[in-house]
Amino acid sequence: MKLFKTLGLGLLASALTIGGAAAQEKTVKIATEGAYAPWNFTGAGGKLEGFEIDLANDLCGRMKVKCEIVAQDWDGIIPALNAKKYDAIMAGMNITDKRLEVINFSLPYAATPHGFGVMKDSPLAKLAGTGTTVSFEKDSEGAKKAIEAWKPLLKGKTVGVQGSTVNSQFLETYLKDTIEIREYKTTEQHDLDLTAGRIDAIFAGHGALKATQEKPEFKDMVVAGTGMRGGLLGRGVAVGMRKDDAELKKGFDEAIQAAIKDGTIKRLSEKWFKIDATPQV
Amino acid sequence: MDFAFMRDAFLTLIGGVPLTLNLAFMAVGLGAILAMLLALMRMSGLKVLDWPAQAYVFVFRGTPLLVQIFLIYYGLGQFRPTLQEWGLWVFFREPYWCAVFALTLNTAAYASEIIRGGLQSVPYNQVEAARACGMSGILLFRRVIFPIAVRQALPAYGSEIILMVKATSLASIITMMEVTGLAAKLISQTFRAVEVFIVAGLIYLILNFIITRIIMAIEWWLSPHLRRPPAVEPRLEAAHV
Repeated sequence: MKLFKTLGLGLLASALTIGGAAAQEKTVKIATEGAYAPWNFTGAGGKLEGFEIDLANDLCGRMKVKCEIVAQDWDGIIPALNAKKYDAIMAGMNITDKRLEVINFSLPYAATPHGFGVMKDSPLAKLAGTGTTVSFEKDSEGAKKAIEAWKPLLKGKTVGVQGSTVNSQFLETYLKDTIEIREYKTTEQHDLDLTAGRIDAIFAGHGALKATQEKPEFKDMVVAGTGMRGGLLGRGVAVGMRKDDAELKKGFDEAIQAAIKDGTIKRLSEKWFKIDATPQV
Repeated sequence: MDFAFMRDAFLTLIGGVPLTLNLAFMAVGLGAILAMLLALMRMSGLKVLDWPAQAYVFVFRGTPLLVQIFLIYYGLGQFRPTLQEWGLWVFFREPYWCAVFALTLNTAAYASEIIRGGLQSVPYNQVEAARACGMSGILLFRRVIFPIAVRQALPAYGSEIILMVKATSLASIITMMEVTGLAAKLISQTFRAVEVFIVAGLIYLILNFIITRIIMAIEWWLSPHLRRPPAVEPRLEAAHV
């Protein structure tokens, strides 16, 4: 008995010390993909870099917590969050109804339109609506019309897209019968196949397309067709969290609001995307 | 554990079985031919044939299949102009052929060693006995060496076939929607990794169960000398004659 008592006391004592340390500085583990430039990618030195890495560090500073950023493959990123491998996701993830069924999201911290990337000499470079954007939230009819306008040129073409994304869902829903959809693990892979000529176009967020264009091998890639926002493409990119983590959500929401207000998000998105990706409220 | 969901997942993933088997059998079939060639090169006793075969086996056994698939698909994609000039691009443009090509090259390396082992295990006295009966060259190979070698190599070759069935799952990284590709897609739609992967694992288990039974049947068929001879009915009336 005495042994158990001592053991119990010892455990209690160590639990108290751990609890005490946690109260002083909470560590939030954030997962990112590390393969979705410029949102998040693995830089030349093997370190994670990108818009979301900078933003995560900024938000954690505001929340007065210590942040640890880890890389995690995209297709397992939500199950691993719910399995408590980490506490939050910042990986260019859009808020969608489907994801809201299993996880919670903060307020959006960025939003860019989505569209096609094609090679300059491709017939698809003349895709209808290039240079314009339309939002499903504001003009659902206009968005559907814009998709119809693409169809004659897209007919029978092969389009690459990252699997399990709002982009792949968008193509499956609106263009399944028009194009052949090829799903890739990462955007880097479909970029490679676009230059290799295995596919005719890629479909991705404009931020990612801009970053791809910056690379010398992709200088002949252009963004084509109407830029799409909202609807299936989600309500902006936000931090993903477990549903029961209300405290963390509050912290992130406040920090994001502050970062939007003082222009941090505008500054960081202009640095990484060359466009202002501040979400319109 | 949601069994209704698992049944739906099973029905979805079953759709990938034809492609999984197609990839596995194409690779094993083509790989066997290449492996036979490599094994004969290794055993030819000629250095010009032996060394390239050794180098081939060293490279393809010593590097991960994942890396080989990546290099063949994305690596060769960088040399499109050259491949187009040679007329090979039609082949390498398709992810299916890249997957078959990578799997074939990989299995050929392993299988060539298995076949070589089988050929070398043929007892010399049996070869001598065959020679004494006047067999030589191709006849000797066809009637004696090859059947014995196949019998010896079959258990190891069976493992290699099973490994190939499982290796096809790597083709999902080059956009092939076989069982694992469909599983990954289903997980991303439902976020239920555990159930989907259990079902995917079950499908591979069923496939490989059937394959092991077939290999066992072939083994049984190839080793009549190990079986008990059929019991002879005593013929009673014969004793009176």
